[in-house]
Amino acid sequence: MVEHYEASNDATITLPRVEEQIPTEERIPTVVVDDAHVIYRVHKGAGGGTTPVAALRRLIKRTSAPNVREVHAVKGVTFTAYRGEAIGLIGSNGSGKSTILRAIAGLLPVNRGAVYTQGQPSLLGVNAALLNDLSGERNVTLGCLAMGMHPDHVARIAPEIIEFSGINERGDFASLPMRTYSSGMAARLRFSIAAAKKHDVLLIDEALATGDKGFRKRSEKRVRELREGAGTVFLVSHQLSSIRDTCERTIWLESGVLRMDGPTDEVIRAYEAFSNSK
Amino acid sequence: MADTALVDPATGLTQAQLAARHGLRVAGERPSLAEYSRRLWAYRHFIAAYANAKLVASYSNAKLGQIWQVLTPLTNVAVYYLIFGVVLEQREIPNFIAYLSTGLFIFNFTQTAVLAGIQSISGNLGLIRALHFPRASLPLAATLTQFQQLLASMVVLIAIVLVTGEPITLDWLMLVPALLLHAVFNAGVVMTVARLGAKAGDLKQVMPFILRTWMYGSGVLYSVTLFTRLPEWAATVIQYNPMLVYIELARHALLEQAPVLNGSLVQLWLVALAWALATGIGGFIYFWRGEQEYGRG
Repeated sequence: MVEHYEASNDATITLPRVEEQIPTEERIPTVVVDDAHVIYRVHKGAGGGTTPVAALRRLIKRTSAPNVREVHAVKGVTFTAYRGEAIGLIGSNGSGKSTILRAIAGLLPVNRGAVYTQGQPSLLGVNAALLNDLSGERNVTLGCLAMGMHPDHVARIAPEIIEFSGINERGDFASLPMRTYSSGMAARLRFSIAAAKKHDVLLIDEALATGDKGFRKRSEKRVRELREGAGTVFLVSHQLSSIRDTCERTIWLESGVLRMDGPTDEVIRAYEAFSNSK
Repeated sequence: MADTALVDPATGLTQAQLAARHGLRVAGERPSLAEYSRRLWAYRHFIAAYANAKLVASYSNAKLGQIWQVLTPLTNVAVYYLIFGVVLEQREIPNFIAYLSTGLFIFNFTQTAVLAGIQSISGNLGLIRALHFPRASLPLAATLTQFQQLLASMVVLIAIVLVTGEPITLDWLMLVPALLLHAVFNAGVVMTVARLGAKAGDLKQVMPFILRTWMYGSGVLYSVTLFTRLPEWAATVIQYNPMLVYIELARHALLEQAPVLNGSLVQLWLVALAWALATGIGGFIYFWRGEQEYGRG
């Protein structure tokens, strides 16, 4: 790991007061991100020096593989999320949105700074594959058990989850293996499973974008319910409309740096102006 | 740790102080060993359901389906019997076919569990990255799946043993503790290789060869008394080889005239118990120490 420190900034900076500050009758923070830096190593994949001979030479000379490069994906992001908030994360591709979510979920270590969370945040991404050889029903059961639910409770809510996901709208798909599902159906089922539990902090990565219109309506409603159930929801999406519909606060990241953090309308307006000018 | 002091205007606290005040924890922190064990126990239903699901899924593409649970061990025995019993005409050991099946089934439990265990983290990254549960559930479930498979093999084995004319004795009951100790030992090995396999993908390539060597040193296909020209230390290694110990215990339980190498039977049980405890506990601690690394990268 590369530890690189910039000029130390240990001076105490008082942030300018944001207008119309909500009278803080003890807002409870659920996620505190403190000057987080995430640097990770990516494999560039096949390229120069991937022959067996080259690999052997590297082993002997003890040099690191040439196809590994370090990416400084998040560069000192600081913010605090409170209970009952839904926060949108926007930014161009590769701006560090998904990386910061994974750091909050505790799946990526921060190289510098810290991320504090209340309870265990759950990350719900489109790549969150369950067991593809098993039927949708069994995946629901397994997913719920994996979230720590009691078997009796699982048996009770499993039909609701299937119903919510809408995978049975075109015949009985719930009893078919998940590998036979379309990508949209699988994503809907995954979202439905994750949304069945009350999470202190729920991180959603582009999950809503995959469903069709009816499902998106239902899931946006569900996100609102989760939020009212005293949780915090983070939503990463390129669809600004779904951020506008679900989040009242938005954070805009660009190249790993926090560009703007504020009410959704303002941030999205600024972001759109930025994207159009490019 | 960051020494930045961005003060929140509303509360006058730094981010770290704010987090501490509301009892927030560092993301992805590893729980204590006691807490981890407690959580794992709370996930026992998940472990059982997952193990069961894996067992069902493993034959979901085969026409004969679950019948393979019985057919696989039978085919295995048939192949080795053909070579060692018929072609090489093994005569030293009485009731060779029962002797061979016992060794094969017991060893196969470890072999398949280890091979599944290596991938129990690396093959489940989707699940790990999506949901939070004690990761030890996965290697334990892999062991449990193979244990269920072993029970199916044991039904086959008992049929073989009976058909080949072994009498039913009280000794058969000793098979139960022997298999349980073996399962604990396997769970420890599986948790160890699961952590190793999560970091180094190369292990998957090497493991079949390690297992093959282990099998030849465990007296599965022949008696290790054939190894007459080994130096003292190598003979000791073979004698205390856990796989040999578990196989011998099973053979002693089921077969009337099984040759037992390991000194006395009491010694054999003590070695089996020691291996189970040391590997089971050691593997669990080793796996727990890596808990926050799984699914990263």
